[in-house]
Amino acid sequence: MANKNKRKWFVLFVVPLLFIFTTVVIIPFLIGIYYAFFEWDGISANPMEFVGLDNFGKLFDDDQFLRSAWLTTLFTVLSVITINVVGLAFALLVTSKIRTANAARTLLFMPYLIGGLILGYIWQFVFLDVFEFLGELTGLTDVFFNWLIDPEFALYALVFVFTWQMAGYVMIVYIAGIQAIPNDVVEAAKIDGATPWQRFMRITLPLLMPALTISLFLTLSSAFKIYDVNLSLTGGGPANATELFAMNIYNEIFGSGNYGFGQAKAIVFFVIVAAITLTQVYLTKKREVEM
Amino acid sequence: MKKASGWIKSILLILLALFFLSPIYIIFVNSFKDRQELYENALSLPESFSFQYYIEAMEKMNFVSALLNSLYVTIVSVIFIVVLSSMTAWMLVRTNNKLSTFIFMTFIATMLIPFQTLMMPLMQFISTITQDLGIPMYNTHEGLIYMNIGFHSALSVFLYHGFIKSIPITLEEAATIDGASKFGVFWRIIFPMLKPITATVMILNVISIWNDFLLPSLTLIDKGLRTIPLSTFYFFGEFTIQWNLAMAGLTLTIIPVIIFYALAQKHIIKGIGEGAVK
Repeated sequence: MANKNKRKWFVLFVVPLLFIFTTVVIIPFLIGIYYAFFEWDGISANPMEFVGLDNFGKLFDDDQFLRSAWLTTLFTVLSVITINVVGLAFALLVTSKIRTANAARTLLFMPYLIGGLILGYIWQFVFLDVFEFLGELTGLTDVFFNWLIDPEFALYALVFVFTWQMAGYVMIVYIAGIQAIPNDVVEAAKIDGATPWQRFMRITLPLLMPALTISLFLTLSSAFKIYDVNLSLTGGGPANATELFAMNIYNEIFGSGNYGFGQAKAIVFFVIVAAITLTQVYLTKKREVEM
Repeated sequence: MKKASGWIKSILLILLALFFLSPIYIIFVNSFKDRQELYENALSLPESFSFQYYIEAMEKMNFVSALLNSLYVTIVSVIFIVVLSSMTAWMLVRTNNKLSTFIFMTFIATMLIPFQTLMMPLMQFISTITQDLGIPMYNTHEGLIYMNIGFHSALSVFLYHGFIKSIPITLEEAATIDGASKFGVFWRIIFPMLKPITATVMILNVISIWNDFLLPSLTLIDKGLRTIPLSTFYFFGEFTIQWNLAMAGLTLTIIPVIIFYALAQKHIIKGIGEGAVK
């Protein structure tokens, strides 16, 4: 009787969300794997042709896909570095005993709240007009020109803007890490005559390793999955030079109408993202045990 | 001497922060300039503050309607997410069996799936349901809210789960002996204790649902249903060259975010920190 009652409550509390979750996430995920084995143009009147693993084999002949994979890797590596360097520098600045530290922290975090799509448009204008204007003003036309029309610089522009968005976010993670460092350790080093640089390299940085692991992988997976900024800032251009992974999948499915092939790409995308995230969990867990 | 250098550092730091936000300043000042003034000096303050471009941008973006749509979708989604995922997480923590562990693990595992992997099959599934069962999932706010709940439940259940584990069970047991139903125990005793983590869950979900573009762009077709990111996207598609209009439009879209930030700044920074570290 008591058991039956318990089961009734369990169903009442868990099933509504579980039902929604299953229909939105689980079922589409499974159907998605199924679609990846077919050739289909997405029109329900047209037949779906079973092609086995052909879609996955074809990936290696798709130059644009391979290019996207390379560009995404390059973008991810560059932005993970810049975001973490800038974010850590911000965190160190706003945790120092400077009067305006709190106000600065509030301001530096703000870009993160503006959605990727909108800040991509904001920066489109900055690159187009303000950079050209600064180029004319200063004569440094090698630096200040419209980055978005140059295939190589357009990717750097993406890194730049993504750093602008995410630096304040990882700053918050680093602040938590810095505040957890016991003050007496730092004071003792000061008394022993350690320079600020030595204190940073020998004390702060090693003690920040847990925060570093967290923000490295947070930025790693979000950089790898970037879409909104990519769409609004460069739209993949010029000439597909900045078409990153997520956009390549979208364009293959909804642009070219290759539903099966595009879905195969999407599955590969999932496997890579999952591998990155699981490595993160593994490393974080291992570190926690050591500490 | 020391005092003076402290002031200099304070001023430098705030200048750095303001410089960091200069793109927002640039958008703002140029939203008042006509084309010629804009090209002469993109950095200067405008000669006059006329709201002409704002009025035009508001009309072309359908801003009021987009704002109301965004508010409706975000608020309703977040309420459902908070209610459903806190209930689910509590029951999963307090039930010690294989099924409960399995359900929790499934929630966690799906956090690995990127949206791009789900978007096409989800759209197929949703349109099948809309056509064959007659349930209006496609091209409705309610359908979008339903999908938002599904996509954001895993992280929310995870956050609640971690928090509830640290609440001692004795409180609930006492209430159960007094004859309160599980429902009463949860809403009267447990839910009020979840306040800190509820704030975190709400903030994380508000930010990601408010700014979400891809999912609404796939599900909402009618112009009148568009949320702010969607109407911004179509606005730029139609008026790319008219930058002063675009600037006014962008400023409009940032205003709600700034208001939200000003009102809940402390909670937001705290919530983001907690969400990230877990």
